[in-house]
Amino acid sequence: MYAAIEAARQGAGSVLLLDRSLIGRGGATVMAQMTVAAAVGPGDDWRHHLADTLAAGRGLCDPELAALLCEVGAECILEMDRWKVGWARAGNGFASVQAPGHDRARCVYVDFLSTGPAVSKTLRAQVQRVGDAIRRVGEVLVTDLVVQQGRVTGAVALHVASGAALTIAAPATIIATGGLTRLYARNSASANMSGDGYALAMRAGATLLDMEFVQFFPIGHLAPRLIGMDPIMWDPFRYKLGGRLLNGAMQEFVERWGGDAENGTYSTTRDLATYAITKEVEAGRGSPNGGAWLSFTHVPAAELRAAFGPVIDRLAANGIDLTRDCIEVSPIAHYHMGGVRVDTAMRTDVPGLLAAGEAVGGANGANRLSGNAITEALAFGRLAGAEAARQAAEGAPGFDLAAARPALALLASEGPAQNTAALVARLQHIMSADVGPFRTAAGLARAATALAALRGEVGTTPPAAPGLAHDLARMDWLDLRQMLLVAESVVVAATARTESRGAHQREDFPEMSPNWERNLPLRLSAGVPELA
Amino acid sequence: MPTTTLHIRRGGPGEPPRHDVFELAFEPGESVLDALRRLRIGTDPTLAFRYACLNANACKECMMLLDGKVIYACTARLEARDMRLDPLPNKTLLRDLATVIAPPDERLE
Repeated sequence: MYAAIEAARQGAGSVLLLDRSLIGRGGATVMAQMTVAAAVGPGDDWRHHLADTLAAGRGLCDPELAALLCEVGAECILEMDRWKVGWARAGNGFASVQAPGHDRARCVYVDFLSTGPAVSKTLRAQVQRVGDAIRRVGEVLVTDLVVQQGRVTGAVALHVASGAALTIAAPATIIATGGLTRLYARNSASANMSGDGYALAMRAGATLLDMEFVQFFPIGHLAPRLIGMDPIMWDPFRYKLGGRLLNGAMQEFVERWGGDAENGTYSTTRDLATYAITKEVEAGRGSPNGGAWLSFTHVPAAELRAAFGPVIDRLAANGIDLTRDCIEVSPIAHYHMGGVRVDTAMRTDVPGLLAAGEAVGGANGANRLSGNAITEALAFGRLAGAEAARQAAEGAPGFDLAAARPALALLASEGPAQNTAALVARLQHIMSADVGPFRTAAGLARAATALAALRGEVGTTPPAAPGLAHDLARMDWLDLRQMLLVAESVVVAATARTESRGAHQREDFPEMSPNWERNLPLRLSAGVPELA
Repeated sequence: MPTTTLHIRRGGPGEPPRHDVFELAFEPGESVLDALRRLRIGTDPTLAFRYACLNANACKECMMLLDGKVIYACTARLEARDMRLDPLPNKTLLRDLATVIAPPDERLE
């Protein structure tokens, strides 16, 4: 949405904003309940934020992209404030918290657990204010990009509400489809984060990088079952109230796995916390459902209510009283550091194709710093929008329907009935079992074999016939086609990287190696992702 | 073992209304949306309903009728009894439980 706003602001008169579900209501941003990192506080500077971002990335950040994230991101946060997003205030400035990995309090937020919805709502309002220059069309599932003489000239898509096939001509196309968390059974983002943007870009000839780096959020909600709450909700609780992470015997354990004692604060980085919880569970000291306990029982009721007011009532409706009850948490797929390789103008290797937001690879290296995801979405959106407007003004070759024919033929094809929902679940279990935060050569080989078998079963034609409204079975098939390519990319890169770094931990290669301080680019070769 | 019986309105516009009946094991704490997703995986992948955010009540897509009352499927708890699910009556039906809920200026004409 920020990209569309910026493109229109830079003079693009005809911006088409597509979403596979409702505009600005799916994806990851709307789900983000936590905080946004930006150097907007007194005495802070985007260079300090950059230093922390580079350190978290364990030597793999693209320093130019990371610098843009921090510098342009801060400007975007201030613009969002002028657009009345409602950043919480303290005194004359923004309220902010110090998230793990930051050298100071730098993470702004909207109370109470409303950051993501407020950001999405503000951007939706600004998109509407732009008026006719942005045409919004929801329920459009892009299935392929159209490439003519090596240049992207548009896309082929499924109109979900009618089941009709669409063609779209565009002098510049921005992929802003987010990450790949749907590849995992337990994840913290929407069902529409299938990695489709990566697959679209790869099929169009673009390069992906850092695909092995999937960030697992250590304290995703595990039990008891909650409804109407985001599984990453405990992060802001920990920012404000500290809390204690305990094993099945109600003992603190982060120190045992290389962390520093937290002493009621929230100071352990995500990769280390994920490691500590997983190892504690493996050692037979997990909580009953296979995670860790998170306790706020030492925090007085009045303090809980002051920090999270209405959320305390929503928890009560779920039968949880934090002054009495601990909850269980465990790592959950949350974000993907890797993605499409771009330059500082968000251009991919393919003319006419740009990327923005989480779909971009490289800015966050091997591990993303807390709070950088929305900052990145805004900053890269702004940059991509400006560049797309520039490219549109230059003009582009006319759209040639012949180049769209294979993609249209796929949407028109009829295939045997399949339980594609069960096949998606199988892919998620393959990835969760062997391509989670901790990997081995044997496990990755097992995943590769299982994915190959799944690919065979999925076949080359979607089930049943086209033209049915809201056909989830066919949509799942079209998603599986993309998810398989993305899952294979993660497995190929994770197999190649024989070291442990950030979010990629190889149990058979536990050390970080200076020889591996480099990115792994992947390209499609005869339909298969290969190291470039 | 306790079970839930879901009576789900099926079909598209113009088709005679019918309710398909699905029995599934009752899992305490599950939402109606969890049960519908479980039904697609285990029984009928062609069942149509809307959702994006799974369980955060953020996308607001999963509105439908439960026993005649408007609910979000992600926040309504599954219960061990007969439950009837219908599409929103005041919206254009797409198929099964899915209706046209996109704002008019965000639809493809």
